[in-house]
Amino acid sequence: MRLSLSSRLSVVLALLPALMVMIVVYIGATGWTVWMSLTNSRMLPNNNFVGLRQYESLFGNDRWITSVHNVVIYGVLFVSLALAVGFLLAVAIDQRVRAEDTIRSIYLYPYSMSFVVTGLVWQWLLNPSLGIQHVLRSWGFAGATFDWIVRPERAIYCLVVAGVWQASGLVMAIMLAGLRGIDDEIWKAARIDGLPKWRVYASIVIPMMGASFATAAVLLSTAVVRLYDLSVAMTNGGPGIASEVPAKFVMDHLFERANIGLATAAATTMLVTVIAVVAPYLYWRARKGDIR
Amino acid sequence: MQRANVDIRSLRIGFGGLKVLDNLNLHVEASEFLVLLGPSGCGKSTLLNAIAGLIDVKSGEIHIGGRDVTWAEPKDRGIAMVFQSYALYPRMTVRKNMSFGLQVAGTPQDEIGRRLGEAAQMLRLTELLDRRPFELSGGQRQRVAIGRALVRHAGVYLFDEPLSNLDAQLRAELRVEIKRLHARLGATMIYVTHDQIEALTLADRIAVMQGGVIQQLDTPKMIYRAPVNRFVASFVGSPAMNFIPGSIARDGGAAFVAGTSRFSLNGYVFRGPPTDAPAVLGIRPEHVEVTASDDPFAVPARVEMVEPMGADSLIWCRLADGTAFSLRHDADAPLRAGDTLALRFPPETLSLFDDKSGQRL
Repeated sequence: MRLSLSSRLSVVLALLPALMVMIVVYIGATGWTVWMSLTNSRMLPNNNFVGLRQYESLFGNDRWITSVHNVVIYGVLFVSLALAVGFLLAVAIDQRVRAEDTIRSIYLYPYSMSFVVTGLVWQWLLNPSLGIQHVLRSWGFAGATFDWIVRPERAIYCLVVAGVWQASGLVMAIMLAGLRGIDDEIWKAARIDGLPKWRVYASIVIPMMGASFATAAVLLSTAVVRLYDLSVAMTNGGPGIASEVPAKFVMDHLFERANIGLATAAATTMLVTVIAVVAPYLYWRARKGDIR
Repeated sequence: MQRANVDIRSLRIGFGGLKVLDNLNLHVEASEFLVLLGPSGCGKSTLLNAIAGLIDVKSGEIHIGGRDVTWAEPKDRGIAMVFQSYALYPRMTVRKNMSFGLQVAGTPQDEIGRRLGEAAQMLRLTELLDRRPFELSGGQRQRVAIGRALVRHAGVYLFDEPLSNLDAQLRAELRVEIKRLHARLGATMIYVTHDQIEALTLADRIAVMQGGVIQQLDTPKMIYRAPVNRFVASFVGSPAMNFIPGSIARDGGAAFVAGTSRFSLNGYVFRGPPTDAPAVLGIRPEHVEVTASDDPFAVPARVEMVEPMGADSLIWCRLADGTAFSLRHDADAPLRAGDTLALRFPPETLSLFDDKSGQRL
């Protein structure tokens, strides 16, 4: 198609803002971040090149190591539990229950809340002197103990619980769409074959739902990488540094501790890690020619 | 392989307030090939699903092989089923698709292997056993689905429009294959279709259904030759049967009169005493004969259009009073639009229907 000069100009003008945002905000800011991580910038950015010294101190930093450790625990548990719970909820709804619409809305409701609200709600629930433990004790279960949020080695699991509670509804919606896409005749064939229901789900339905699981897993994974507000609202990284996460490390060093060099080194490390995970997957998808 | 008969007694099925089947009775002999034929929504698939146990009945009984299975689970009914959409398990190989049900049921490995090999060989699937459904053509997929049914060694095989998703040529091939399979296994088969060619070629008996009621249950020949009502007459046969409205003349020699045209009924077997009420004459295009113009029973007609169909041609004509009808004729005959023909309507090939009730007279 050949366009006249004026219409070509208008196309360029129309695309320009998006293109500028793309170049300046994404690529530009990313490039600047990487460059800053190679300088000794403190409160204000400077251009004193110091090589990889910021990375050395980053990996000697206890708080960073704890953060990375935490995000791995959180990532594995959050993604797998949210997938499992979301799938089971979808299966439960798919049994032609009454009031399906209402139940679906209730399940999806937590997702409409921000992580900050989610974090606050769960902070109260898990707080030993306010929440579940307090209620149980006031009912007379004097020995009831549920204090994970104040125990350093357990605090991160509280974040997982809150995260799963918030995200399962979304996974449920995606999975339900996948389940509804399965031909009714497959279910009939399975009944004629005499397969028990759980067996049909395990051996036939789940293998058919690869696309739904992939979609949900990608969405959940991005939530893992940018995990920040939940930690801030629920535990503020505590007790001590027990529930610190990488994104919080970056934000704190950038704006509170006035250490731009270290913060950008952490941010760059996160970027490289994500690329290292995603790139082989994209390559594999491209090679496979995208057969579902 | 056991061959079971199927006996359906006063079956009622409904969804909510909607009655799909009402007081339906049907007996299928062991080793019989019965086709349920009808337009969509006539209840034929509902009936098949009820036999399979996939939908609940409101009342009535279903007996398979002499056993009351009205409330039995599908797997305990001694049936196997083939679906329109093949319904293969997409992520499993052909081998696994065919053997999974047996495995879960705890059939011994060597028995599974034996049945699998037998079915694969019968359906020419041996080469395809390690492929997965998305690597197969539509025809191959349906053969796999048939194979999955065969390994069950069931007493009754149910087919729910198995060929409807295939193109015309594959449909013809697979039709022959199913017929061969029935001859070889001698198993009872119940086959649902809306395609009258499939019904006529495959069936020992056809049950033509409409509105949840079996209109006629008979051999393909009788369904074709002597339809019991206008619905059966018009649903079966392609090109469709011609219908000429008129009435039965009372004057002595039985004849059918439509406008100025008179059709001899000498030799037509009436079911009851003929009346002079308005009636409809039905005749299939291939039964109309071109005759000499001095034939006393000849009916004149004018050719309007010629549709060549390869082996023969379909000639569209009009009677003197303007009624349109078609006839099948030799493709080589030099007929053109505007020609006048003298036609004979052999009485023994005619069907007469009451104009109001549509019932055969």
